[in-house]
Amino acid sequence: MPDTNLFDEHIPRLRRYARALTSDRAQADDLVQDCLARAWEKLSLWQRGTDLRAWLFTILHNLYVNDLRRRKNHPELLTLDDEALDAPRRATQEDGLGLRDLQAALNRLPLDQREVLLLVGLEEMSYEEVAKTLGIPIGTVMSRLSRARERLRAQLNSTGPALRRVK
Amino acid sequence: MKNDVPMTETELHAYVDGQLDEARRAAVDAYLATNPAEAERVRAYTRQNEQLHALFDGTLDEPVPETLRIQPARRTPVFMRYAALFAVAVMGGVLGWTLRGEEPLTITANLPQQAALAHVVYTPEVLHPVEVGAQEETHLVSWLSKRLGAPVHAPHLSDAGYELVGGRLLPGETGPAAQFMYQDVRGNRLTLYVRTTASNNRETAFRYAQEDKVGVFYWVDGTFGYALSGEIEKPQLLRVAESVYRELNP
Repeated sequence: MPDTNLFDEHIPRLRRYARALTSDRAQADDLVQDCLARAWEKLSLWQRGTDLRAWLFTILHNLYVNDLRRRKNHPELLTLDDEALDAPRRATQEDGLGLRDLQAALNRLPLDQREVLLLVGLEEMSYEEVAKTLGIPIGTVMSRLSRARERLRAQLNSTGPALRRVK
Repeated sequence: MKNDVPMTETELHAYVDGQLDEARRAAVDAYLATNPAEAERVRAYTRQNEQLHALFDGTLDEPVPETLRIQPARRTPVFMRYAALFAVAVMGGVLGWTLRGEEPLTITANLPQQAALAHVVYTPEVLHPVEVGAQEETHLVSWLSKRLGAPVHAPHLSDAGYELVGGRLLPGETGPAAQFMYQDVRGNRLTLYVRTTASNNRETAFRYAQEDKVGVFYWVDGTFGYALSGEIEKPQLLRVAESVYRELNP
């Protein structure tokens, strides 16, 4: 009976990250599915004793970057959703206002900053893990994180005082 | 550090992300107490983290779609290659390896099932997990060797974080079998099931089987079939299995 659970515990987090990264439910799950398929193919390359989660996130990162590059070269692949992401969404409830603003601001972040911000702030990886996952020096992690947070702060501050009420 | 020492940008972020040790945390606290602008910035970053969780944590509780759980068709062969590859890498090529189906089934027939069964029966035991305790290791080993008709060894797994609890004799399908029990500092138990095989001088790669919640790495080495069972994650279990192999083949 071969094992079928190796990746299972990581799936919810991969989905959460992909959802945050793409802001699109279907696209996110497609991304996770591609990621898992690729991971099974490349399992022999996973180094025993190293962090499986970081390895999976690296694969997901590479797939997403390649996907974006392909879309860029073939603009016809851009869906309406991608365009819609750039427009801030209108809040339907006051409580959700801060969150929606954050989501809009997040979508406007350059991808490299968004990834670092999400891996740190949402996935709660250590800076070192983020560096390993994205294959960049830790100094780059810190500078991207710093820029991402400042950028979000500037955007959220300019949207009005309602935000200050959130926590 | 005094609070008039300016914090590095990295430390402020590490503070937000809970990645500072206590001493530095206190230093940042003191620094922020006298720098309201920086304190506001740190609060804003902290709020960003909280809001990210508020926005996306819901995904964690959603049922995972079947499409993400179903294994690709190629998965099993790939996994077998992976198991074999590990064995080859770890043993430096000492182990001959074969893929499933290329060897007589009898050698490992039911081995993981028997081992997992013995594991779930005896590991929950509080009073009598073993027949003979680790303090009588010499006696335990000679007794089991005598009953199995071949010299068995209780590998020492301290390096992997597991101490021998003891062992017991079990009825096996082809004769007596032995079970050694190990425990880590948190009380997690692993068992090593050992039985003799009819044919000898065969070696196989590590195989893995999942029997309900119990993961089993099993292999054949000479006249013995071994199965290491545990309810821990597979990579950890593999590491212990490698230790067992190394201990038995010094």
